[in-house]
Amino acid sequence: MSFQEKLEKNIWGLIFMVAVVVSIGGIVEIVPLFYLDNTIEKLTKEEDSIRPYTALEQEGRDIYVREGCYLCHSQMIRPFRDEKERYGHYSLAAESKYDHPFQWGSKRTGPDLARVGKKYSNEWHRQHLRAPRSLVPESVMPNYAFLEDHTIDDSLTERKLRALAMVGVPYTEADFAGAAAAVRGKTEMDAIIAYLQVLGTMVKFEPGKDYRE
Amino acid sequence: MVGNAPENPNYNMAIVKAFAVCAVVYLVVGALVGDIIAWQLSFPSLNLNEYLSFGRLRPLHTNAVIFAFGGCTLMATAFYVVQRTCAVPLWSDKLAWFTFWGWNLIIVCAVISFPMGWTQGKEYAELEWPVDILIAVVWLSYMFNFVMTIANRKTSHIYVANWFFLGMMIMITYLHVVNSLAIPVTMTHSYSLFSGVHDAMIQWWWGHNAVGFFLTAGFLGIMYYFIPKQADLPIYSYRLSVLHFWALMFGYVWLGAHHLQYTALPDWAGSLGAAVSIAMIIPSWGGAINGLMTLSGAWNKLRDDYVLRFMVVSLAFYAMSTFEGPVMALKTVNALSHYTDWTIGHVHSGALGWVAMVSIGAIYHLVPRLWKTDIHSVPLVNSHFWIHTIGTVIYICAMWVSGIMQGLMWRATDDYGNLVYTFAETVVAMHPYYVLRATGGVLVLLGALIMLYNIVMTIKGSSSQPTTAAARA
Repeated sequence: MSFQEKLEKNIWGLIFMVAVVVSIGGIVEIVPLFYLDNTIEKLTKEEDSIRPYTALEQEGRDIYVREGCYLCHSQMIRPFRDEKERYGHYSLAAESKYDHPFQWGSKRTGPDLARVGKKYSNEWHRQHLRAPRSLVPESVMPNYAFLEDHTIDDSLTERKLRALAMVGVPYTEADFAGAAAAVRGKTEMDAIIAYLQVLGTMVKFEPGKDYRE
Repeated sequence: MVGNAPENPNYNMAIVKAFAVCAVVYLVVGALVGDIIAWQLSFPSLNLNEYLSFGRLRPLHTNAVIFAFGGCTLMATAFYVVQRTCAVPLWSDKLAWFTFWGWNLIIVCAVISFPMGWTQGKEYAELEWPVDILIAVVWLSYMFNFVMTIANRKTSHIYVANWFFLGMMIMITYLHVVNSLAIPVTMTHSYSLFSGVHDAMIQWWWGHNAVGFFLTAGFLGIMYYFIPKQADLPIYSYRLSVLHFWALMFGYVWLGAHHLQYTALPDWAGSLGAAVSIAMIIPSWGGAINGLMTLSGAWNKLRDDYVLRFMVVSLAFYAMSTFEGPVMALKTVNALSHYTDWTIGHVHSGALGWVAMVSIGAIYHLVPRLWKTDIHSVPLVNSHFWIHTIGTVIYICAMWVSGIMQGLMWRATDDYGNLVYTFAETVVAMHPYYVLRATGGVLVLLGALIMLYNIVMTIKGSSSQPTTAAARA
């Protein structure tokens, strides 16, 4: 009796074999990422100012996730000439190391946002989020004027930062203590703009250096 | 090898009926939400308010079609197939009804969660942690009942369709549990345990295997039972089934990394994913050929068998999209296709062409047998077939054109090396194709409504006038 035939007559053997066979690919591709040193690029002191998001930026990030922005905007610039021209330096793994969850996206119905920070003024963003077509007539983005009507719930901010600390984001006691005050009275619009304005601004790239081996 | 055991009166067909009806209802709902968001991309003023904006409705569409429609179809067919091929009733009727009500409760939670913006922000795994726990429990109840029914079987061998169902159940358990790991903040908010590049790899390991196992392995289980059954012929090649099964189980798992080529994921992982993706043409086409060749010598049945027609076209789409997928995983092609509508077109050639068609065929096969009657209207089934097929083709072609155009416009440079188009110009260029896609979607929705009407009328008719078909079941 062949091995295959044995499995076809033994449900427990079949379950065991399938459970082993389907786990191999995932183990080979995922596990090494956690221990190979070069998964996240090493940056010099001059280059690296990657820090956890401030309380307000993190609240803004939560709104970005809530509204499903990642369904139309990527945050992952690939190392191609046109993407460099359009969006800037290609993205590094280090730049999203504090991103729970990652927001690289899979679709560009709108442009990539990985380096949108500091490209436009806060006022531009406010107007654009309120009514995108008032600034970009071709846009198909929904209006997000309602973000101005919602105030951030500051009672949750400290808990959010503590939860993020549990998954490895290096927040300090001072961050927790100041969290609620940092977002008090701010609208969701203020928060999401704070988040957008910091995107892609934390690494000072050295011209010509190859960051991917 | 297809179970030809005599009908056992103790078979639980009530659970199959319930899941089958739900599947048809959720097909309508999923297609409706999908078409709404397609029109929103064509005419943004259709984003009526914060609860009904594209970003919140899109997860509702994907979850409704994959887990509500696809899930109910898989539960109906797996519970039907396992009883008939093992010649025993389900292991536990109570557990089966727990699965049924649990799965529907999850769907209700999704319908509330997504418009409210309660999301984990990972595609096709958006539901928040309390619902994720519920999914794990209900999914395991489904698997446990299925496995125990096989363990009790009166047949000697486990039929091939059940291997595929089983593979799906095991892998989806792994994927769902690992990818959903998160630290809760409130009942409706949590943060993924993983960050950045690790989160990306784990998400697409999940994402592509939601396709590879939920939407492929599970539906291949349907193919391996319903095609031979409907054609009344044995599967073309047993050896090919064995090869198809093990190669699919081993290979599909690696493909997720091809979603992350040229990103900050280390190149070795993306390349590995791409290499295995290309190799996957072999088992996929092996399976498609196995299904199609089962009909060899019986092609004349296509003339008047409305169920086989759905199934044959579904296999053609399966073959087409499992060729397209490896092509898109090639690095040079991926550089163009990634981030564009081509991906959306590819997904829908699989979803509308393969998954929906084979499911619709299986449900049209099941309903007359379950209710022991004839289908209410064969012309309506035929209309559904043509409307669905034409809608799907319009959808896919629109997305091919817009996707490739998008990719080419984004990278176009003039003689001096400057970008030719602003992003906004590429958005405008997509408009006609978005309208065309939404129109294809209307046809698919219309077809689903015809199906719902036809099924409802069949069920209504069955209570009043039992017909000659009663013997057939």
